[in-house]
Amino acid sequence: MIPVCRLEDLPAGESVRLDTTPPVAVFNADGALYAVDDTCSHQDASLSEGWLEGCLVECPLHAASFDLRTGEPTCLPARRPVRTHRVSVVDGTIHVHLTDPTVTPVPASAPLTAAASLSAPASLAASGSSAGRAPMTGEGSAA
Amino acid sequence: MNTVTVVGASLAGLYAARELRAQGFDGRLVMVGAEPYLPYDRPPLSKSFLTATATTAVTDASTITALDAATPTVTDRATGTAAHPPYASAPEDHLALTDPEEIADLAAEWLLGTRATGLDQRGRAVLLDDGRTVVTDGVVVATGASARRLPGPQPAGVHTLRTLADARALRADLTCGPRRVVVIGGGFIGAETASSCVALGHDVTVVEAAPLPLLPQLGPDMALFCADLHRKGGARLLTGTGVAGLHRMAPASASGVADPGTPRLGPSNRAPSSPSGISDRPDPSDRPDLSGHVTAVELSDGRVLPADVVVVGIGAVPNTSWLSGTSLTVSDGVLCDGGCVTSLAQVVAVGDVARVDGVRAEHWTSATEQPRVAVRNLLAARTVEPVAALPYFWSDQYGSRIQFAGHRLADATVRIAEGSPDDGGFLALYEHAGRVTAALAVDCPRPFMRARRELRVRQATAA
Repeated sequence: MIPVCRLEDLPAGESVRLDTTPPVAVFNADGALYAVDDTCSHQDASLSEGWLEGCLVECPLHAASFDLRTGEPTCLPARRPVRTHRVSVVDGTIHVHLTDPTVTPVPASAPLTAAASLSAPASLAASGSSAGRAPMTGEGSAA
Repeated sequence: MNTVTVVGASLAGLYAARELRAQGFDGRLVMVGAEPYLPYDRPPLSKSFLTATATTAVTDASTITALDAATPTVTDRATGTAAHPPYASAPEDHLALTDPEEIADLAAEWLLGTRATGLDQRGRAVLLDDGRTVVTDGVVVATGASARRLPGPQPAGVHTLRTLADARALRADLTCGPRRVVVIGGGFIGAETASSCVALGHDVTVVEAAPLPLLPQLGPDMALFCADLHRKGGARLLTGTGVAGLHRMAPASASGVADPGTPRLGPSNRAPSSPSGISDRPDPSDRPDLSGHVTAVELSDGRVLPADVVVVGIGAVPNTSWLSGTSLTVSDGVLCDGGCVTSLAQVVAVGDVARVDGVRAEHWTSATEQPRVAVRNLLAARTVEPVAALPYFWSDQYGSRIQFAGHRLADATVRIAEGSPDDGGFLALYEHAGRVTAALAVDCPRPFMRARRELRVRQATAA
């Protein structure tokens, strides 16, 4: 449980960034508090600097939008969700309860399961074996 | 329309495929990609992809599976017996623009590692470099652009940065300890690459032919600010001078003799630095064979910059050669009307290759915004909607994020609306005849978003 700030210091429409690893953004969306991973799942941009509209936040770099209630992207270019974290207010102080970082959010698409079921399990095995080789120098793809 | 062929498995090509399915096209969809990869995002190639060298080089091999389709694969829509491109999660799969689920949903035939070599006169057949022909009813031209190169042969150690293969090759050259890097061109690719090279600990010099980098894009005031970013960031910036040629290590057997293969960009009237005019650094026998490797960049003002790695960032040329012989008009891009429709109603063009209503915008955002309109017009068989995008681009340099939106008019004045260029982030507004026409922000994302929205609203109401 990480203390964030006093409730009155995060007025409606505002957000604050926590320097956790990974960083977390806390939003006051018209009175409702939400916390999500701060880094956009598309590219390196801080959602705490995004555009808050209702319970959607728009990424300041490429306008990907996320639903703060679920962390799910609502439009491209993001395709993966951001993790959500529980928020509580104790004695007037906002706290974030970090979701276990070892628990990766399972996107609706569940890419690995999908890949494995597509008659191409060899691709996973191939990635494992090739990872054991020397680092690529680029010549394999220079064509 | 039974078959649509998207030529270019690029950002714009993928967005076109998405739009085709989203707008109800349920026919045969063929994706032709010259590179052997599924669509990937290029912007990180000059940034995080390069700077991640130290920590992720060893996992690179597994990374490749996220994008590589080792063999061109075809998805059979009717039977569903699909051999999908391998697509595993990997540390750098943030380059990947799509995933297996979407690949399945798009139900396209992916002809990757396959180059289109021609289009028949009426745009009804796409010719491929493996001899095959795709008979088609509609074509989306999304072949992008290629990095412009220096004339002459390219010595080892000289790079352009456009494709994943380019980025891998450059990254490999940047992992051999501190190097002297010369970046030719102070545009976005040059500046971002220079910034990444500084972050990696290399000695970096940027050469820009114009008096300031990014002058055409940003105007003099903001270009001056960006020039300072180089200096503050730890790179040398040399402006107002072109490149006369590259020096390279002479072959060991011909040590001291002029290498006839040395590319030279123009006549050099000054006294040469060696009798032959080329630095023939002998190749000591106890060193690895570096013959043919670049050793220096010679500037048009006579200076010679020693270099182990050279990055050439001098713009891009639209990939249109495959369209010669068609009735399409090509002039620095495929000419389209305001709705991305070419002179053939069943051929549309999107992204870097498209000159839409006279403008070719090499912006990531254009590649993602044009396809919706282009596909709508393609399916309607005529232009029913023009593109109404507000130009937008961004750049990350030396820890600063630059964002720009709108149209910069030549005689615009620049007003700092928030913050200060001397201290942290700021928002600058370009004003012309009392109206704001463009906005530039450095590390000032929220005010920039507001300004961009206002510009968009104003453009929509003016239209």
